[in-house]
Amino acid sequence: MSKATTVTKKGDGKGPVAAGKRRVIICAGTGCVSNGALKVYDAFMREMKENVLDFDVILKPESDNLHLSKSGCQGFCQMGPLVTILPDEIFYTKVTPNDVAEIVQKTLLKGEVVEWLLYNDPNTKQFCKGTHDIPFYQRQMRYVLKECGLIDPEDINEYISHRGYEGAKKAFLSMSAEDICKEILASGLRGRGGGGFPTGRKWDAARVQPGAKKYVICNGDEGDPGAFMDRSVMEGNPHSVIEGLMIAARAIGADEAYIYVRAEYPLAVKRMYKAVADAEAAGILGDNVFGTGQKMKCVVMEGAGAFVCGEETALIASIEGMRGMPVPKPPFPAQSGLWGKPTVINNVETLAQVPRILLDGADEYRKIGTATSPGTKTFALTGHVVNTGLIEVPFGTTLGEIVMNIGGGVTDDQGKITKDVFKAVQIGGPSGGCLTPDMLDLPLDFDSLRSVGAMVGSGGLVVMNQKTCMVSVARFFMEFTQRESCGKCVLCREGTKQLLSLLDDVIEGRATLETLSLMEQLGRAVQKGSLCGLGKTAPNPVLSTLKYFRHEYESHVIDKYCPTGRCKALAKPMINATKCKGCTLCVTVCPVGAITGGKKLPHKINQEVCIKCGACAAKCKFNAIEGV
Amino acid sequence: MTKKPVDNNVYINGRPVAIEGERNLLELIRKAGIDLPTFCYHSDLSVYGACRLCLVDIEGRGIVGSCSTPPEAGMRIKTHTEEIREIRKVSVELLLANHDNNCPTCYKSHNCQLQRIARQLGVEHVRFKSVLDRKPVDVSSPSVTRDPNKCVLCGDCVRVCSEIQEVGAIDFAYRGHQASVLPAFGKDLAEIECVNCGQCTVVCPTGALSPKSEMEEVWKDLTNPDLFVVACVAPAVRVGLGEPFDMEPGTITTGQMVASLKMLGFDQVYDTSFAADLTIFEEGNEFLQRKTKGEKLPQFTSCCPGWVKYAEQYYPELLDKLSTCKSPQQMFGALLKDRLPDLLGVAKEKLRIVSVMPCTAKKYEAKRPEFIHDGVADVDHVITTQELARMIKAAGILFNDLTPESFDMPFGFATGAGVLFGNSGGVTEAVLRFAAEKITGKPLQSFEFKQVRGESGLREAVMEIDGVQLKLAVVSGLKNAKTVAEQVRKGTCEYDIVEVMACPQGCIGGAGQPVSRNPLAKKMRTKGIYDADKMMPLHKSQENIFITECYEKFLGDIGGHKAHHLLHTHYQSRRRLPEEGIALFSGHGDQRLHVDVCLGTNCFLKGGQTILNGLLKHAEESKLENMVDVRASFCFEQCEEGPTVKIGEVTLNHATVDKAVDTLKSELEKQLSGAATAVSGCSAGCSSGK
Repeated sequence: MSKATTVTKKGDGKGPVAAGKRRVIICAGTGCVSNGALKVYDAFMREMKENVLDFDVILKPESDNLHLSKSGCQGFCQMGPLVTILPDEIFYTKVTPNDVAEIVQKTLLKGEVVEWLLYNDPNTKQFCKGTHDIPFYQRQMRYVLKECGLIDPEDINEYISHRGYEGAKKAFLSMSAEDICKEILASGLRGRGGGGFPTGRKWDAARVQPGAKKYVICNGDEGDPGAFMDRSVMEGNPHSVIEGLMIAARAIGADEAYIYVRAEYPLAVKRMYKAVADAEAAGILGDNVFGTGQKMKCVVMEGAGAFVCGEETALIASIEGMRGMPVPKPPFPAQSGLWGKPTVINNVETLAQVPRILLDGADEYRKIGTATSPGTKTFALTGHVVNTGLIEVPFGTTLGEIVMNIGGGVTDDQGKITKDVFKAVQIGGPSGGCLTPDMLDLPLDFDSLRSVGAMVGSGGLVVMNQKTCMVSVARFFMEFTQRESCGKCVLCREGTKQLLSLLDDVIEGRATLETLSLMEQLGRAVQKGSLCGLGKTAPNPVLSTLKYFRHEYESHVIDKYCPTGRCKALAKPMINATKCKGCTLCVTVCPVGAITGGKKLPHKINQEVCIKCGACAAKCKFNAIEGV
Repeated sequence: MTKKPVDNNVYINGRPVAIEGERNLLELIRKAGIDLPTFCYHSDLSVYGACRLCLVDIEGRGIVGSCSTPPEAGMRIKTHTEEIREIRKVSVELLLANHDNNCPTCYKSHNCQLQRIARQLGVEHVRFKSVLDRKPVDVSSPSVTRDPNKCVLCGDCVRVCSEIQEVGAIDFAYRGHQASVLPAFGKDLAEIECVNCGQCTVVCPTGALSPKSEMEEVWKDLTNPDLFVVACVAPAVRVGLGEPFDMEPGTITTGQMVASLKMLGFDQVYDTSFAADLTIFEEGNEFLQRKTKGEKLPQFTSCCPGWVKYAEQYYPELLDKLSTCKSPQQMFGALLKDRLPDLLGVAKEKLRIVSVMPCTAKKYEAKRPEFIHDGVADVDHVITTQELARMIKAAGILFNDLTPESFDMPFGFATGAGVLFGNSGGVTEAVLRFAAEKITGKPLQSFEFKQVRGESGLREAVMEIDGVQLKLAVVSGLKNAKTVAEQVRKGTCEYDIVEVMACPQGCIGGAGQPVSRNPLAKKMRTKGIYDADKMMPLHKSQENIFITECYEKFLGDIGGHKAHHLLHTHYQSRRRLPEEGIALFSGHGDQRLHVDVCLGTNCFLKGGQTILNGLLKHAEESKLENMVDVRASFCFEQCEEGPTVKIGEVTLNHATVDKAVDTLKSELEKQLSGAATAVSGCSAGCSSGK
């Protein structure tokens, strides 16, 4: 959606606009777009035209006019659509098209802040003028996402004006392939796709392979439920991915690159296509990269909707037009990958870090994060937490910092911050595991997470409160991996199916303690014996919940009781006599007349009659009804 | 690496085993005398790594699949750790929990790898509940039965079909627990490009793919006292039949075979090698004529029905180069149905011809409409070597103790040349024995042409006979056939004769032969055929006096009218599946005009869709629902002339909406006036069936 026309209506040249370079940035990440950000953008266009402001919609470095633009995801999706006014650094949240006139009149024309559109911190009840006042942003370090909330992702000039393609230029003009590999190796950059393999080593392995034809691939097939980190980078700063890919290509001697984008990300697909076309038109990609005579072809490919295609060998098979199924390694893609040629596959977030590492140097990069996991990591923070959205923190940030400070604390089912309701964090999606409240001091990095049976994965962080049934959580992820298993190897295909069936036994009250030990035996076999990463990590949600929440499983199995009441067959609604005020509200809503008790006296539920519908619990004002 | 490894060994469970060019650890481990179980590893196919049974623990690396790991000097591996034993057991139990475990009634019982491996690993009970989601069994194909309830998804069938045969009739579909091996779009095996070679049934470790049985039909005929049942046994059967009776592959069992067939109740037992000799007369003569005229070369053999269907599907433009000779099975069927009533005084309708073949495609061949006349097939039933062995066992016949008996005359008389048909290269050698004498006019010094023998799937030989140079290619495995066919298509092929057998190593490796775990089985059977040739009194088809007599008394000239009628056939393009097209507009009238609009890629791009919409609109507006059928069809292969529309008998190229509608109107008028005048025969001469 390139805005080819420049709107230059002349005003009187007075007012605050004339003072300096002002920008209105409307977040056009997927979250904000689905909340109506594009309508807000149109409203700004309309209002600004009518109010005779000098403004541009495409970047013109020489212009002092007000600049209206869209950006990629700014992270605070829950509060979108977001509108940022620069250089004032005013950050408006939940903006609707009806609010735009007021913003134009007050802020753009008079320099006033529209207070009620600012973020109101639920803890302090203070209005926060800019992102630097908001705890959600204060504790983050936006490195990969730095430009995401700022530049127009569809305008290559904006990227270039923010040091864009300087890293690639340096790589092509003044660095040898070996130098680049050395620099990346020295930076300690590790693959953000989940495994955490040192990127420099991967590149060097491909670099030393003989043969003239090599490939680089960007893995943009992010498929974890709830994860949208790569999506945000591709949508918000597509050129950074292309630049990283160019540097990778230069480092291994490849002249052809593929960007494999999940097809269910239409906006990312569109922006990647446009970014590649723009880079070609600018002579950055093509037959004469930066005038060096070197060739660099870049192809955007849409995935075909399979989670397993995030696995590198399956992804290669998919590009080759075959069914996305992993193949055994060795040979590794670095030896024999796409079309049998040496190939490097890197994740979106990994590649997006590369240009800056090359520009600032490995030492500078190593200042961020921990010794073994340098740099930052993006996470999709969701669940029972005040602030949800896309966050980026240095490796080594503790779990507590993320959940309590950036996330703003754990909430109950009604969204209220409540003490002592924190139960667990599921990290790493279907491949990951669960972390418990006693791990709040755990610094998050590749190695510490592995030591507790979880993994960074692609970076989903789901915070769960006490009302969450951990058996059901394990089942949710198991159902996902079972469905998404490619079906090739026995352990993954049949093992995940059986794990799911065993979990159902637990949930539906058929299980015994033997079921639990069988689940552990099977889980370990699947973990050890499966062909690819999907299978090897598929049992993690089950094994880690079995490890850390065994009492909850045992309650299901021995007492035939689901403490949260989420497993309907094992729900036993009971009235907490100390909380019950005897208001009789529950008696009136119970459809089967299972509740008895006198006024102002604690009530009781007749388990024989109760159908576990939960109507009483929903109605109770004192949270006295538990276990449903 | 600066340091040289001290030795060239891998330490398997602590014992050194030297690496001698093994491609993977599995080969090395098996060389060391440890038979690690596998479902998905076949040395002839690509490494797949899915069954997870060949796992080993490499010191410093952990558990990996041995099939996909190249051996490296100094590696220390363990093959049976507690952990690995547990993973293997879990894997087998998982498979058994998703398997139709009616083992006693399964066709593959006793030959089943799942059964064998479960026993080998000591799986005594299955800890998991059955999650089998029962699916229908595909019995549509005359050759292969597909039972998805027994599939372990090892993919062996998929790879043999695509890597060895380059057909790719089946592949994986769906994900997770729904994953299955299927023909495209879930069609039945009978409707697709499957060439019926049955090689998938050879590699299938379970009963998921098995040769379609015709035993019951044969039993019924044998036990019907009114019928006269004749067995015709193919050459390769005699060197395979001993295996189910614990004999070495390649053991020549001709005598016991004939005896057992007689004991089963066959009234006459004939040797298909006789028909092979007859084929040499016809095909040799056909070749000499083509060679003299220099036309339709190379001459491809046509004995193998798998190859014939392959050629019809993928190389219809080369069909004129196929010998027009029927296969020995079909020549024999036609000849016997014609001659036996006279010779033996049996009414034709009471005569039943049963072929015993090493082949599943022969079952399909016998059912081709060209070989069925007025509802009577030239060959009534085809059973495989496997099925014959089962019938012998079912009848309680102690095969190993039988006193040998001989074939019945005259159709049990054959030369060694006819027997050679069982081997890849056999037809070529038999033709050479015939043609060399025809060209030189002198008897051959030595009858063996060892130049055309060998194990490779694509062999060639050049020989000069009396100044005539003959270039020959011997091909087995359809992937190799494709290589030659592509050369012919490009005009770079210089061969005179190309012998094609669909199955690797020819008929002795056919899917009807007993399934053997002996890696040398095919080699041993090949040797058995050459030995059988040596043991025959005669080695050249032209020495078969009964065939000479046949021509004199009955057939007339070689390649003459009668011979042509009985012994030759024709082929048809099968480039397109018999697809109906997608009916978009149709009603109930009796004499509806068929309109097919090509929506192949080319026509679609040139506006096929617009024409289709135009025609549909016209048909609707003019209320033609009971007068026309409009269908979206697939490629008519007239892409350059597109868009193409067929309206009744008219093929409209470079069509437009207006042209199409005009033609439709005029054709409808014609039809109406035609119907009004008289019922006339089809002007296009449809009786030819084309």
